[in-house]
Amino acid sequence: MEALTDQDGIKRYLVNINVNGDPYTVIVKANTLLVNLLRDQLDLTGTKKGCELGDCGSCTVLLDGKPVNSCTVLAVEADGRGITTIEGVARSEKLDKIQESFVNNAAVQCGYCTPGMILSAKALLARNPKPTEQEVREAISGNLCRCTGYVNIVKAVLEATGD
Amino acid sequence: MYLPDFDYQSPGSLKEACQILAAFGSRARVLAGGTDLMIKMKHGLLAPDVLVSLKNISQLAGIGYVQGRGVVIGARATHNDLVNSPVLQKKYLSVCEAAHHMANNQIRNVGTVGGNIVNAVPSADLPPILIALNAAVKLVGADGERELPLESFFTGPNRSVIGTDEILSEIVIPDQTSTGSTYMKFGLRRSGALAVVGVAVAVTVAGGVLKEAKIALGAVSPTPMRAVKAEELIRGRAVTDELLEEAGVCAAGECSPISDIRGSKEYRQDMVRVFTRRALRRAINEGHV
Repeated sequence: MEALTDQDGIKRYLVNINVNGDPYTVIVKANTLLVNLLRDQLDLTGTKKGCELGDCGSCTVLLDGKPVNSCTVLAVEADGRGITTIEGVARSEKLDKIQESFVNNAAVQCGYCTPGMILSAKALLARNPKPTEQEVREAISGNLCRCTGYVNIVKAVLEATGD
Repeated sequence: MYLPDFDYQSPGSLKEACQILAAFGSRARVLAGGTDLMIKMKHGLLAPDVLVSLKNISQLAGIGYVQGRGVVIGARATHNDLVNSPVLQKKYLSVCEAAHHMANNQIRNVGTVGGNIVNAVPSADLPPILIALNAAVKLVGADGERELPLESFFTGPNRSVIGTDEILSEIVIPDQTSTGSTYMKFGLRRSGALAVVGVAVAVTVAGGVLKEAKIALGAVSPTPMRAVKAEELIRGRAVTDELLEEAGVCAAGECSPISDIRGSKEYRQDMVRVFTRRALRRAINEGHV
């Protein structure tokens, strides 16, 4: 990974990442967190900041297909990796099946946890297309919904599994 | 919440990483998954000048069986790597299960087994089952490497024998004579909860007699600990419900838990009794689960 030092002695790194299918080369300091890179530099504000301590799951993104908390991952650590944010889930104007199902099941209340919930669900269905209710609950257990709308969220994920 | 400034290095070899660590001493920290380190840095509990990332050191990844050594787990393997490892699933499902019940899915995708050990948190879930299975850890430093039993790695809360220039590179679970093992975690929630009590056991049973037993407890003393008196008590005796209860009572007397927000000292001791009994029963009846 290439690094540049400016006249004030501040070191910055050239990070190559693929976000939602698009390749980017971004310039970041070592202490830039992935969530801030996505939100502040790439304007992908669908990824939310909640606890910022890796507990709530609002900042969940898929890193090479696996859900991670982007608030505890350094942008430099994501060099060479692929990231999917909530903005990359729908294909052009067409919502993903999970998103449709969230709408149909009233699984969105305040909406703050929704991007993370959908990405955790997306990763689950990618590796396990027919999960049980228990498996769904386990897969979203790192995503907190403080509206406590879990019943409809679980229902929405289960309904998105049928072909 | 933003992080303070630091220099970032991502060496391509262990040797290089150890040299950087040796040069910076306590001013440097190793970055593996970062699920713990990033939080401590956000809270200002740690402010290293240099982070040495392990991400480019490919020899630290992977889990495999090596003839003559046993199951070798690269320190950078994530908790979900353990959960999904075919080798571990086949030989020691108990280790997969211990990893599976940690934290939550997002953390398990990033947090590493090496980090879980090196942080030396008394309630960590992997050390008890690894100690019960006689695991060793390899520490690589600027001037060489050493291998030691995991049991002798910890010296206190957040403290271990690791030197500032050393990196935990792998965990080795030797071939077992034990016939069963399990880890039972008692937490206040099903997800994202630290263990109030964690009990791991490995047993060797033949003809209804407990030939050998290892009992390792988490979250009830400054370091993960063996309940050696309980082990001694049941060694060579016929398996009965009463014997396992006796072992539980004995283990509860051996540990020295603290009272905190998750449970009182007395409650933890009583849960050690209950979970020691249950864990022994499960490992005796079901094998490595």
